[in-house]
Amino acid sequence: MSFRVFVPRDTTALSLGADAVAARLEREAATRGLEMTVVRNGSRGAAWLEPLVEVETVNGRVAYGPVTPGDVPALLDSGLLEGNVSHPLARGLTEEIDYFARQQRLTFARIGITDPLSIDDYRAHRGFCGLEAALRREPQDIVEEVKASGLRGRGGAAFPTGIKWQTVLDTPADQKYIVCNADEGDSGTFADRLAMECDPYMLIEGMAIAGLAVEATQGYIYLRSEYPLAKQILDEAIARAEQAGYLGDNLCGSGRVFHLEVRLGAGAYICGEETSLLESLEGKRGMVRFKPPLPAIEGLFGLPTVVNNVLSLAAVPFILSEGAEAYASHGMGRSRGTLALQLAGNVQRGGLVELAFGTTLRTLMEEFGGGTASGRPLRAVQVGGPLCAYLPESQWDMPLDYETFADVGAGVGHGGVVMFDESVDMAEQARFSMEFCKVESCGKCTPCRIGSTRGVEVIDRIRADQHREANLALLHDLCETMVDGSLCAMGGMTPFPVQSALKHFPDDFQRTADGDRS
Amino acid sequence: MRESREWTPQSIQTEIDALKHKPGALLPILHAIQDRFGFVPEGAVPIIAESLGQTRTEVHGVISFYHHFRTSPPGRHVLQVCRAEACQSVGGRALEAHAKARLGIDYHQTTTDREITLEAVYCLGNCACGPSIRVGNEVWGRVTPTAFDALVDELCTQPLEVIG
Ligand SMILES: Cc1cc2nc3c(=O)[nH]c(=O)nc-3n(C[C@H](O)[C@H](O)[C@H](O)COP(=O)(O)O)c2cc1C
Ligand code: SF4
Ligand code: FES
Ligand code: FES
Repeated sequence: MSFRVFVPRDTTALSLGADAVAARLEREAATRGLEMTVVRNGSRGAAWLEPLVEVETVNGRVAYGPVTPGDVPALLDSGLLEGNVSHPLARGLTEEIDYFARQQRLTFARIGITDPLSIDDYRAHRGFCGLEAALRREPQDIVEEVKASGLRGRGGAAFPTGIKWQTVLDTPADQKYIVCNADEGDSGTFADRLAMECDPYMLIEGMAIAGLAVEATQGYIYLRSEYPLAKQILDEAIARAEQAGYLGDNLCGSGRVFHLEVRLGAGAYICGEETSLLESLEGKRGMVRFKPPLPAIEGLFGLPTVVNNVLSLAAVPFILSEGAEAYASHGMGRSRGTLALQLAGNVQRGGLVELAFGTTLRTLMEEFGGGTASGRPLRAVQVGGPLCAYLPESQWDMPLDYETFADVGAGVGHGGVVMFDESVDMAEQARFSMEFCKVESCGKCTPCRIGSTRGVEVIDRIRADQHREANLALLHDLCETMVDGSLCAMGGMTPFPVQSALKHFPDDFQRTADGDRS
Repeated sequence: MRESREWTPQSIQTEIDALKHKPGALLPILHAIQDRFGFVPEGAVPIIAESLGQTRTEVHGVISFYHHFRTSPPGRHVLQVCRAEACQSVGGRALEAHAKARLGIDYHQTTTDREITLEAVYCLGNCACGPSIRVGNEVWGRVTPTAFDALVDELCTQPLEVIG
């Protein structure tokens, strides 16, 4: 009898030794004369269980994790290949693990189940059904479907995707572009990476559908250079998709055209801002452009361009194949569908949690996350990336929904949830926000470029107890100047984490940097 | 065997010619040069400028804008430590301090034996398993100071690749 064992190959699994686990499994199988194939699947997104080894059984896949190479012999002895669950690392049937069973996986329905590069696997799980449906419909029809789904941009600004597409469709031009924003610069986020590394055809399909919808024939994925594995997987997936007729000059034999290419960024956070990204794609410094004109009208090389986040585009195949209503029926208020939350930082069970909008942060952090990794009390949470507020416990019961968060000056952003335990020094976090802005500012506006430098200095003085009250007042003013006088959200939102730290954790600004209360 | 890491005007030109037909070719060209030679040599700038019909100042401006591009040769390994928030919450700052102390260098510097160049990075997308570091194209998670030392020892005892 031949066994199939799965060992994930995404960055997180690899960072925890998945390659060594796979090698050890193969070696043990050889010595024991077992007929066993190791499939390198994507990750299921439960980072805390990685490397998560699975074995196929008649009842479904059985999971073991987190596995180290040293665990392999004992796991085999205990009957891993038969799905025996007596070993302490056994987790039972994968699908029944609470962490997965309680999620609503619409976009991430396939990750970890398939071999990311196998087109057959992809097709076996409804892959390319959305593209086939789109090929039978008029551009306006596709745009209407996306509008009806209520999908809003997942890159941070939450702009309705269908409306953006409409503008591009309505702007006549000989050449239009689909640009995927895969810069994923926010700390605490990795959902784009998981989508690209674990289900690359989903993004390819979403982009091809976008191309059909707005009559664009060329797409670019602007990928951050910090993701070399995603680059390798996407390049290979694109080559295979071309070969199979899902990209290129004759999509599925329809005569329709869509070409796709991956372009690497070069370590600049600001290039996640869409106009800076377009400058960068054009081969220039990533200086933010004034808007208008909107990229939808004058985007890449001055031509109409859809710029969408990876997850916005990745949601599209589902919407086209299952219908707008299947997507829109999830969520709350004006936040439709599901949100890919990423539990990160000081968390017991970190990873990807895809849920309909409306869950509370507390549910997420406690029931999924299991609290802090350190076991010490949770103190602050930064949701939505480095430009978003730190939330104190009083705000953990808000439902995750764009409007609810916006009402209290917080953001959902790209869904990153970074947890900090009680050892965090919020004045130090505020300093980092300013420092990050100083390092990453494109330099176009003074409040951002100079303000962030001043911000670091002022916080240093506060922490050194030099004219504390005067410098605190100065910091408040500086934050306001940055909010009011910056062209983009880099300078305009960097104050949010700082102001939230000042407001909710004032004590941390009353002690010196070495921790003594003054 | 790996191609020579010594650059020549011809080898720079080869990289440029392979890519210059692309729209917005400058970044792909800079990546190709840095991937092959480890950095973008000063002497490459006029060749790139000439080939793309841009000024040297423009090309310089682009190189200096992006943190990724370097204009001097790095050590044998480039080691990036994640400085971003999620890693901070699980000891990233301590790891950062440890890395500098262990290697005896600051960011953007190379050890005197030219083994390791230390760089900062703002997130590697491994935020549920920090603190994270990257060496070459590999990412390491939950890096303790002890694990860091072991990794550095291993890197520094790897035999030199045959070059040339
Ligand atoms: C400083 C800054 C960084 C950003 N980084 C990203 C990013 O890494 N990924 C992303 O998709 N959007 C990012 N955005 C948002 C983009 O400007 C833009 O809103 C988004 O790509 C639009 O796609 P969507 O409508 O699908 O969200 C950033 C914005 C700012 C101001
Ligand atoms: S706010 Fe900062 S990053 Fe944004 S355009 Fe101005 S200087 Fe550039
Ligand atoms: S100038 Fe900034 S505190 Fe005096
Ligand atoms: S914050 Fe360090 S890997 Fe994301």
